[in-house]
Amino acid sequence: MANSQAMMTSFKQDLLNGIHAFGTTVARGGTGADSFKAALYLTSASIGAATTAYSATGEVSGTGYTAGGVAVPAFAAPATSGTTAFTTPGGSIVYTTVTLTTAFDCVLIYNSTQSNKAVSSHTFGAQTVTAGTLTLTMPSNDATNGLERIA
Amino acid sequence: MDEALLRKVEGEIDNENEHTTWVEYWDGEELVHRSVHVRLKKSVFAEAIGGSFG
Repeated sequence: MANSQAMMTSFKQDLLNGIHAFGTTVARGGTGADSFKAALYLTSASIGAATTAYSATGEVSGTGYTAGGVAVPAFAAPATSGTTAFTTPGGSIVYTTVTLTTAFDCVLIYNSTQSNKAVSSHTFGAQTVTAGTLTLTMPSNDATNGLERIA
Repeated sequence: MDEALLRKVEGEIDNENEHTTWVEYWDGEELVHRSVHVRLKKSVFAEAIGGSFG
């Protein structure tokens, strides 16, 4: 065996579990997982890597939709495969009986337990919904497709 | 509303990023229902790198 330079795979998993803090962190209320929400954004919005927290600016509005979006089903316990750590919600994100007539193409996942801090954004083809349901089905929870991955 | 009197339109997007289907019901020129199902195929990832000294 020889030594090698590496970012530990276990560390990547630990990050998803909120174990390490190199800077000032938050006082956590317990050891349980945080809660996450999913907000939809218009095609005219600018959600992306620079987004730090949920904002109503550019968010969709319409009948049946509450600002801030809906709860994300609980994420699977972060796991690793190869050198990648990953986690994915355990079910679909569903907006039931909504009317959203202005085109949207992005969902922001954010941490509603920790000051609405942003996690990730995911885009898709522009859509509208009329007196119907929008269902966002998650990719497979693995190192290649998982919704949140640190490789 | 009698569903049989409505015109049903279905559509699909299938690419490397998503597989999306939708269904619309039209009453004449009026869109009365549109539901969408987006299946995300590929997600975002972060790359973690351990730096070198020197």
